[in-house]
Amino acid sequence: MSEAATQQLTKKDFTSDQEVRWCPGCGDYAILRSMQKALPQLDEKKENYVFIAGIGCSSRFPYYMDTFGFHTIHGRAPAIATGVKLANPDLQVWQITGDGDALAIGGNHFIHAIRRNIDINILLFNNEIYGLTKGQFSPTSQTGIKTKSNPHGITDSPFIPTQLALGAGATFIARIPDTNPKGMQIVFLDAEKHRGTSLVEILQNCVIFNDKTFGDVTGKDVKHDMQLYLEHGKPMIYGKESDKGIILNGLKLETVTIGENGITEDDLLIHDAHEPDICLHMMIANMNVPEFPVAMGVIRAVKKLTFDEGMKAQLEENIQTAKFRSSDELFNSGDTWEVK
Amino acid sequence: MSTKNATIELDKVVIKFAGDSGDGMQLTGTQFTDTSALLGNDLATFPDFPAEIRAPQGTVAGVSGFQVHIGNTEINTPGDVADVLIAMNPAALKANKNWIKDGGTIIVNIDSFGKRDIEKAGYENNPLEDGSFEGYNLIQAPITSLTREVLKDSGLDGKSIVRSKNMFALGIVYWMFSRPMEQTENFLKKKFAKKPEIVEANIKVLHAGYNFAETIEALPSSYTILKADIEKGTYRNIMGNQATAWGFIAAAEKAGKELFLGSYPITPASDILHELAKHKNLGVKTFQAEDEIAAICSAIGASFAGALAITTTSGPGLALKGEALGLAMITELPLIVVNVQRGGPSTGLPTKTEQSDLFQALYGRNGESPIVVIAASTPGNCFDWAYEASRIALEHNTPVVLLSDGYLGNGAEPWKIKSVKDMQDITPLIAKEGEDYQPYARSDEKLARKHAIPGTVGLEHRLGGLEKDNLTGDVSYDPENHETMCRIRAEKVEKIAGFIPKQKVFGEKKGDVLVVGWGGTYGHLYSSVKELRLYGKDISLTHFNYINPLPENTADIFKNFKTIVVCEINKGQFVNYLRMKLPEFKYVQFNRVQGLPFKTTELKEHFNTLLS
Repeated sequence: MSEAATQQLTKKDFTSDQEVRWCPGCGDYAILRSMQKALPQLDEKKENYVFIAGIGCSSRFPYYMDTFGFHTIHGRAPAIATGVKLANPDLQVWQITGDGDALAIGGNHFIHAIRRNIDINILLFNNEIYGLTKGQFSPTSQTGIKTKSNPHGITDSPFIPTQLALGAGATFIARIPDTNPKGMQIVFLDAEKHRGTSLVEILQNCVIFNDKTFGDVTGKDVKHDMQLYLEHGKPMIYGKESDKGIILNGLKLETVTIGENGITEDDLLIHDAHEPDICLHMMIANMNVPEFPVAMGVIRAVKKLTFDEGMKAQLEENIQTAKFRSSDELFNSGDTWEVK
Repeated sequence: MSTKNATIELDKVVIKFAGDSGDGMQLTGTQFTDTSALLGNDLATFPDFPAEIRAPQGTVAGVSGFQVHIGNTEINTPGDVADVLIAMNPAALKANKNWIKDGGTIIVNIDSFGKRDIEKAGYENNPLEDGSFEGYNLIQAPITSLTREVLKDSGLDGKSIVRSKNMFALGIVYWMFSRPMEQTENFLKKKFAKKPEIVEANIKVLHAGYNFAETIEALPSSYTILKADIEKGTYRNIMGNQATAWGFIAAAEKAGKELFLGSYPITPASDILHELAKHKNLGVKTFQAEDEIAAICSAIGASFAGALAITTTSGPGLALKGEALGLAMITELPLIVVNVQRGGPSTGLPTKTEQSDLFQALYGRNGESPIVVIAASTPGNCFDWAYEASRIALEHNTPVVLLSDGYLGNGAEPWKIKSVKDMQDITPLIAKEGEDYQPYARSDEKLARKHAIPGTVGLEHRLGGLEKDNLTGDVSYDPENHETMCRIRAEKVEKIAGFIPKQKVFGEKKGDVLVVGWGGTYGHLYSSVKELRLYGKDISLTHFNYINPLPENTADIFKNFKTIVVCEINKGQFVNYLRMKLPEFKYVQFNRVQGLPFKTTELKEHFNTLLS
């Protein structure tokens, strides 16, 4: 973090003069507002934020933020964000992406950014569909759904983004629905504070091409029973009456009701986001309706040297022990001869 | 050390070291080169690698060669054919049989001419006995057995002993051309500092080879090549890819920028990455990306964040970078893409040289996407062109493709050491804090926009690949604006012609034949034209480094010649570019696409048919 901002920033400071052009009712509006409200809560200068995006509905995001921004090409934003961060580690780099941009055309860059643990924040707007190209299935679309590009129903299986990220060695993963503005602000701030690649999957509703795809998770009537908000060090409790919980039974997770079959709060699994082993985080990330509530909040946040810190340390070490301190010294090193 | 009487002075000589890819021929050749350079010879080298790292031992596919041309006058090419060939096995002899001068000297390691070795090379009979090399000065040296003999008490294992046989061959050649051995001795001491027994063994074998050559009667005399008359100054030997890397280091220092390289390994460009990766001490940041696309994209990100950003690749990699290069073009960010060209299409001939990516560099992107294209023309001037590419990119905020090739990248020559303080200034076009900033406002002079670097107070703005408003840089779908922007982006590149030197002519400015070349063919074209001019022929050369834009005086040069012949290692890309740009002239063309540099003999023959 750089030195404290001299004056308190507000949402307005992060709102650009561009007309926002997402479809009416799109979940992206709520994400944008949450971001604009979250950033002023951080102790960082406005000019140090950079928003990088690829292609897709989500990737128009940088145009609406009054920060340095770069709307790049399809799938490549992690690589561009990596270059920005390596060139200037003082910048706070946010990458905005969607399920097609991150997991189809950009899959390679996505996993490698995470593998390196470069200190950027990746916000993945997952709506399980291609919106900007008007309704084809994406790598997160559910098996069987009918789309323009496969009207008979798709036969392939979806990626679970958090699972993919864990497989790639993620040090920070979080999940949040676009229906929870406060929750979004909290995980955005947690993501920013984490050193290393932070992946935030946002369950985002596409009102036009895949409306209510997360309805069984985010619907008003089910949201309490189908979402579990994780807190590090706290038991995994959910439900409208806060009477449900998760326990570990052998090698499997199970849902239980407190007060039934002699279960008390003490029997519930305590969430440990800092556990280096990925097994439990993988199980938590994979919980899905209808058997389980979907895990929200920070699933994993572990400490590990970041790629940019590693590079910086190597540079500093080399500069200190340098044989050459300028181009000229380098050019004159080794075997040379004089022509008189 | 030497007691020989007859030392004959030669003007120049071409020597080729050839052997199995594990025989250490590149090292042997490099040692001979470095020693000759220290003696003040002018020189040019050309390594010839097999595509496989270790092809089956003893086969023609596995032959690795290193050719060096040294002289007491200006040397511009590694030479068409070798005066002396060192062939460590029958395969090396076979692979090079057409590249030895008639009556030249061939030194073979006779110990590797067993029946099986001969068969493996694809010979039916022993070529040393069937008259194939009659008329040559054939020296059959028992290199392996004498090496074993020398080191029999060394305590080294058999494998290590045999491995030092390349030093025996080097010793022979050192005696033949009256070279001192100190440079190589020092090299060995440094390279194997932790293994004194290896140092001692190698030096012993080196001396044994030297003494062997002196003793046997097969060599009628030894030769020497005196110092070349070259410009005063401090010199070093430099390879093209190294020179490219150093040019960028110099440019970054001069421009006050950090150097950032995003790259993905590819033959024959990887050595630029290897070289830059060594210089973290100079603040150089190198990033080996997950693929070619990530490599260029990371460089674009670094450029956006204010670095001097480059990416290095070869033909297939440039194909992958096309879309991102378009992004750098429309966002008008400084970026240099180095393409060390190799034989194409597709995977093509990875270890061979070619000039067939010119069209790709000029046009290999979607939409109206003009960018600057320049080309280096000698191993040493890769330094200057890397520097110039950086200058243009930073002062005009544009991507630049710098074309090198396998021949330049792997070739070496003496390089007069430059100092950054004597080099042309580089003033990046950057917006400053407090400025009334419009991202796409431009100066009339250059039509270039200013870049505002993230972190600069008050200059927050958004860039992107969508069409930009002509002033604000906001997304614009306005039809008139799109046409204006396409025109401006083209004119911006054309205007760079006003900021580069005029094209030069070697020879008369008016006459019969004008030879036109570009990039890595310079040495061969220059040598050919120079020799023909010595015979009084009316022939001149103009060799291009600036391809897009062309220098402003190009037409003024062309109009003064009867015949314009454009020579390229491709099927005619530059000539067709010229036909489009300057259609008022008639061009003839000379093309070779064999993955090899031109030969001066074939060029001279062809030019003679054009001379009236």
